[in-house]
Amino acid sequence: MDWVIEARSLVKTYKMGEIEVNALRGVSFTIERGEVISIMGPSGSGKSTMMNTLGCLDRPTSGEYILDGESVGDMDDDQLASVRNRKVGFVFQSFNLLSRLTAVGNVELPLRYAGMTEGRRARAQAALEAVGLKDRMNHRPYELSGGQQQRVAVARSLVNNPAIIMADEPTGNLDSKVGREIMNLLLNLNKDRGTTLIIVTHDPKIAEQTQRVIRLRDGEIDPDYEITGIIKR
Amino acid sequence: MSIAQALLEALESLNGNKMRSSLTVLGIVIGVAAVIAMLAVGNGAQESITGSISSIGTNLLFVFRGGPDQARGPGGRTQGGSGNNDRPLTLADAEAIADPFAAPSVAAVAPIIQGSNTITFGGENTTTSISGVTETFQAVRNMEVEEGEFINQEHELGRMSVVVLGPETADKLFGHHDGIVGETVRIEGQPFRVIGVLVAKGGGSMGSEDDAAYVPFTTAQARLLKRNARDQVDVIFAQATSAESVTQASDEISNILRQRHRTPVGEDDFTVFTQADFLETFETITGVLTIFLGGIAGISLLVGGIGIMNIMLVSVTERTREIGLRKALGARKRDILLQFLTESSLLSMIGGIIGIMFGWLIAFIVGKVATATGNNFTPIVGADAIILSTSFSAIIGLFFGIYPASRAASLEPVEALRYE
Repeated sequence: MDWVIEARSLVKTYKMGEIEVNALRGVSFTIERGEVISIMGPSGSGKSTMMNTLGCLDRPTSGEYILDGESVGDMDDDQLASVRNRKVGFVFQSFNLLSRLTAVGNVELPLRYAGMTEGRRARAQAALEAVGLKDRMNHRPYELSGGQQQRVAVARSLVNNPAIIMADEPTGNLDSKVGREIMNLLLNLNKDRGTTLIIVTHDPKIAEQTQRVIRLRDGEIDPDYEITGIIKR
Repeated sequence: MSIAQALLEALESLNGNKMRSSLTVLGIVIGVAAVIAMLAVGNGAQESITGSISSIGTNLLFVFRGGPDQARGPGGRTQGGSGNNDRPLTLADAEAIADPFAAPSVAAVAPIIQGSNTITFGGENTTTSISGVTETFQAVRNMEVEEGEFINQEHELGRMSVVVLGPETADKLFGHHDGIVGETVRIEGQPFRVIGVLVAKGGGSMGSEDDAAYVPFTTAQARLLKRNARDQVDVIFAQATSAESVTQASDEISNILRQRHRTPVGEDDFTVFTQADFLETFETITGVLTIFLGGIAGISLLVGGIGIMNIMLVSVTERTREIGLRKALGARKRDILLQFLTESSLLSMIGGIIGIMFGWLIAFIVGKVATATGNNFTPIVGADAIILSTSFSAIIGLFFGIYPASRAASLEPVEALRYE
């Protein structure tokens, strides 16, 4: 199989003062290239930790995590930054666009950090075209609607042709109609480009649209739900 | 990211918060402007003093009573009653120095006695320095008479009660300094006829040369400035034959006086000062002054730097989410470090540039005011001051930017993204 993600007994322990919190207690799973997966779970289930670990924002305390053929566990900060830059695209609930920059400037950011010096603008423009914002390139975030802002964020996430797109409640700040549009955009990008899509959500309607659901409970994968998720497809 | 990009981004970011950026810059502007202006004023003062020392007369040497370790200033006012065992300088000493065979490098000699007295004319009175001088004094000290004549041998031999006034003294007494030759002023109650008024030399920084009165040596000796020893003089001015022979003249004078005073080498009871010695002394003084002023200004620059650090820290906290996002998008530590360092350096650099212009303006205004109030004084904005303050402000921007920048760079992306 062509695994884009291989997670083996991922454990993440936080120290909060004296108390150790086990956010992940040995999670193992694999994700195939091109899959659309949702990660669900109530708050405190380790959902955010999972997303941070899969997105290479954080290292697991123990266990092995291989993203697109690279073992992330023992990388230093700068190597992690490089992996995030090349292999992960993020879409956040609150868009996280820089208000000083135009839409195209925001989309260019990952290319800047990739050390690309020429052709950045063209790549960024192409990405914005792909999300249907051809005529909003030079607008600043505050001149755009919420849906448009999230489209810019999606364009930013895919501009570096990442292996996976991590979307954290991508429709959480949008009304349902615009939310559906963004979901469709993400699903279409997956279909057209084959980019693996991982959506962290607690909205069952969103989860329904994905091929598989990983449901977390108390830092572990809920076995019943995973089975039902697979059966459903 | 390249430097050019970082610079561009920093500009964008600073532009995004104009008010704050400009206030931060203001701290540096004031600091740099202060450094530039202070150094300019200091340099100007130095130049002005140097200039006025040069205007005293070239090739000039001064001989004071007392060994080099107790030499007094050029005014020599404290000489007479110093109560030590040093032999005073006398007219005979001056005559010996004037001997062209014993001292071939000495062109002219002018012994003087000097004191301070009140001069009155009508209801006006002023206290000024009174010098008893000989005819040679005029040539040795480059005195030019605007009106009337200077003291000559005839006045001296006759112990005549005549006086030559400096233009400032004349102004104080008469309200003007023309057409007063022939008037009679009183010095210590004794009448003196004004025979001449000197040409204004401009503001001397070592006590105005224009505020003075000159009487014949013999008259002063007999009636105004009584001294313990017979024929005692306070200062002997000597003129070397040329600028090159000043050192030689100094040696010749020293030899003559050592013989006459029977003092061994190293235990001189007199001091020969040359123009160069004076310049050196004053340059030391003004140098200290300049460093002092510059130091004060430097402190304000330091305060400006702390302002930058403060604002950068606030900015880092405020932009925690932005930093988190940038890290999520693949920014490495040094990318963030570079970004914030560029911002702080840019702040201080802009402040430096504006400060230079501002300081220049201040120096210019100070010069204008000084000129308007009759002081011959021009502040000098030197390249050294500009280089010094620019590099200092850039260093300050870097130094005070490092801590906030490294704090930004070491933020954990997860934490930073979660920050509200």
